[in-house]
Amino acid sequence: MELLSFGDTGWGDELFLATLMTIAVSIAAMAIGFLFALIFTPLKLSKNKSLNIIGNCYTTIIRGVPELLVIYLLFFGGTGAAMYVASIFGYDGYIEINAFITGALAIGIISGAYSTEVFRGAILSIDKGQFEASKVLGIKKNIQFYKIILPQMLRLSIPNLSNIWQITLKDTSLISVTGLVEIMRQSYIAAGSTRDPLFFYSVAAVLYLMLTFLSMKLINKLETKYSKGY
Amino acid sequence: MISIFPSLLSGAVITLQLLVSSMFFGLIIGLIFAILRINKNPIINKFAYGYSYFFRGTPLLVQLYLIYYGLANIELLRNSFFWVIIKEPYWCAIIAFSLNTGAYTSEILRSAFQTIKKGYIEAAQSLGVTKKITFYRIQLPIAVKQSLPAYGNEIILMLKGTSLASVITIMDLMGEARKVNVLTFKPFEAFITAGVIYLFITFIIHNIIKYLEKKYGFQT
Repeated sequence: MELLSFGDTGWGDELFLATLMTIAVSIAAMAIGFLFALIFTPLKLSKNKSLNIIGNCYTTIIRGVPELLVIYLLFFGGTGAAMYVASIFGYDGYIEINAFITGALAIGIISGAYSTEVFRGAILSIDKGQFEASKVLGIKKNIQFYKIILPQMLRLSIPNLSNIWQITLKDTSLISVTGLVEIMRQSYIAAGSTRDPLFFYSVAAVLYLMLTFLSMKLINKLETKYSKGY
Repeated sequence: MISIFPSLLSGAVITLQLLVSSMFFGLIIGLIFAILRINKNPIINKFAYGYSYFFRGTPLLVQLYLIYYGLANIELLRNSFFWVIIKEPYWCAIIAFSLNTGAYTSEILRSAFQTIKKGYIEAAQSLGVTKKITFYRIQLPIAVKQSLPAYGNEIILMLKGTSLASVITIMDLMGEARKVNVLTFKPFEAFITAGVIYLFITFIIHNIIKYLEKKYGFQT
């Protein structure tokens, strides 16, 4: 227990900050994932063949490739790519991309692929009559999407999104390989300097369990709130 | 480009070895825990639930580190026969992956067991079929058939999970890709080639499961 005290002698405060970092990365990744999903869901549903192929490629490739690979590609390749782009604009210095941004982007791309599938499923399960009814009533496509489709889509996708949130939360542990100090990295450091890996990895496991448990509770509340009318 | 291919392929063989052995042990563990989960005894039930909750609620990386770095910390284990197994990163990876996939498999099988119509079991009972035979001949085949699609997904998730073995010094496909990246400073070539190989394996697994589903699954 002494090892977990706050202050200079214990690892409590470090682990607490690391937990906050994990939460921050997860939320950032989830938000980036939503952005990707909002771009790629229409592509997957579109009637245009070539747009369709782009959407399918994104979800198939990302879901068929290890998460670690995406992270390594962005981490090792991202710097080179950024420096190449900068050299076109005449800047030849070294550019280092922040580990937080790389990590959130990598996990975001992954969770985006899963979110795209969820949104697509949700839109497809909305009754066709609703689209037709709103068309008959002369509602514009724009408003039809925001006022009729989107609210239903969100409600239908909450259970699946909660799964994706759990997966995203666990995936952030992989960012530790790039050096971002979140739960996993902090326990790695602590385990290394105290030579007590069993204890610190157990603490990490408990922290992750706590995070998944708490988010489950929150999401369940959200779910009951949004399914009130049903 | 061509020169990196042989080393990546040798890594892919290790990846497949890891996948096959952990799926094999995972299936056995999953089956045992699924049976424990549908047991009516609350203590056994809670134990099985706790197992699956822990392994599904924590990242695979934590489990891998706990087994690879953590278990070596216990003096008792270090002096026992188990040390022969635990000191090898390869076996640690297989243990971690098997326990992880076992938890997910137990959930898949449990839900399959629970969706079996009660009428089947009642019919068997009224025909005088013993409980044992009811389980092996009626419940188990139906549960296996029903869980095929979900199990296919689990195999693909595990394939992606095996890439974590590279973190504990195993030279699987991911490990080889990292080595190529370090040696050549060509991250895009190394990781994209590895990604294509992973996609290819995923594609094959997907098609095998699809074939099995068509052949043995329920026609809907």
